[in-house]
Amino acid sequence: MIKSLKATGNQLADPAFQLTVLRSEQAEGAHLPSFHEKMRAAGLFPLRPTEATVLQINVGKMCNQVCRHCHVDAGPDRKEIMTRETMQLCLDALAQTTIPTVDLTGGAPEMNPDFRWFVEQLHALGRHIIVRCNLTIIVANKKYHDLPEFFRAHGVEVVSSLPFYNAKTTDRQRGDGVFDDSIKALKMLNAVGYGIEGSGLRLNLVYNPNGAFLPGSQKGLQDQFKRALSKDFGIVFNELYAITNIPVSRYLDFLLESGNYAGYMDKLVTAFNPAAAAGVMCRSTISVSWDGYLYDCDFNQMLDLKVASAVQHIRDFSASTLAERAVVVNQHCYGCTAGSGSSCGGATA
Amino acid sequence: MSTYYNPADLAKFGNITEWQAEAGRKFFDYYGEVFKEGALTEREKSLIALAVAHAVQCPYCIDAYTSDSLQKGADEAQMMEAVHVAAAIKGGAVLVHGVQMMNKAKELSM
Repeated sequence: MIKSLKATGNQLADPAFQLTVLRSEQAEGAHLPSFHEKMRAAGLFPLRPTEATVLQINVGKMCNQVCRHCHVDAGPDRKEIMTRETMQLCLDALAQTTIPTVDLTGGAPEMNPDFRWFVEQLHALGRHIIVRCNLTIIVANKKYHDLPEFFRAHGVEVVSSLPFYNAKTTDRQRGDGVFDDSIKALKMLNAVGYGIEGSGLRLNLVYNPNGAFLPGSQKGLQDQFKRALSKDFGIVFNELYAITNIPVSRYLDFLLESGNYAGYMDKLVTAFNPAAAAGVMCRSTISVSWDGYLYDCDFNQMLDLKVASAVQHIRDFSASTLAERAVVVNQHCYGCTAGSGSSCGGATA
Repeated sequence: MSTYYNPADLAKFGNITEWQAEAGRKFFDYYGEVFKEGALTEREKSLIALAVAHAVQCPYCIDAYTSDSLQKGADEAQMMEAVHVAAAIKGGAVLVHGVQMMNKAKELSM
């Protein structure tokens, strides 16, 4: 298993260094227009938020996997974990708003020792809960085997990464054996009703390209995944979200190491789509880090670009103050505005 | 220029309209129409294009349709099988002329 950038002392573990790289494309031989200017030309700068509909909470960077493209630089060696006190602050903030959906991510969120307590509290608050489950955690240890049942009992929507419908491509991105374990976990989720028509239990998969190219049509990919997973393994799921890889952290490292950085950024810029730009998820999302700070999205979180607001921590949460902010954008944002657009819920245009 | 083929030229393909606008525009309109999802999926069309790219040995097309096939969700085995289809047809096209050779040889021989 590879180690995180942080554990290996890679310069890219430092968000400030990543921003320096992203702002100095000229050094790579590619001349890219600034994202600010591109958005200004599209009439979208400054980018203003719409009504907040999702509170996305990153409950920690610890993960049982070390994926090659991970923008969190997550892994077993990461110890940053949200405490129950910070979770309580999130619950207090939610109680004073009508934000309908809470999206839990990580790392592997289930590895947070207070994960189940947090889900129970969120469920009691009556909010729709999404868990970004990496699938393999379900089979990683006996204590996680009942997660499908726990999810079902709390009406959790499960969103899981599966970058391809075969082992070779999936394992190259997510680690040896990940595909086989993911298939076992998907069967366990299907067994309690997830992805089964009429059950009301949503199981959505996330596709992201296994290299320096953009995702194709979400519908076309979904058809292929449904056909292949059903035929080869008898697995069913609801929707496939096609997500673009954002040039942050380990994916940025891959681009630079493989000599694909300039070409990939050029592809993103060429594919800039104003309709996708208008629908970016950061306009309707507030993202909370493991230590309670607020961001416009999980990518900004990893680049340490906090919200441009007087309110910067969940303890001071104020929906009205945050609604007045402008979304913080930078060169990496080209990833969400290319082609059909990209968000945690897939294409946006 | 040190080589006949420059990868950067692929992005300039559209420039052919500068010297003949109407025919160029019609070609690109037609091209766009051909690759839309129809009775064949976009992925199937991309794999056909990949095979033809190898048969016509066009480096630009090989670059473009390798990338496009990956983007459309084709896997490596499908892409290599497409290339084998091109190879089989090209090889077959050579070998089937062996019959012509045999006919001629028989005609000339005692």
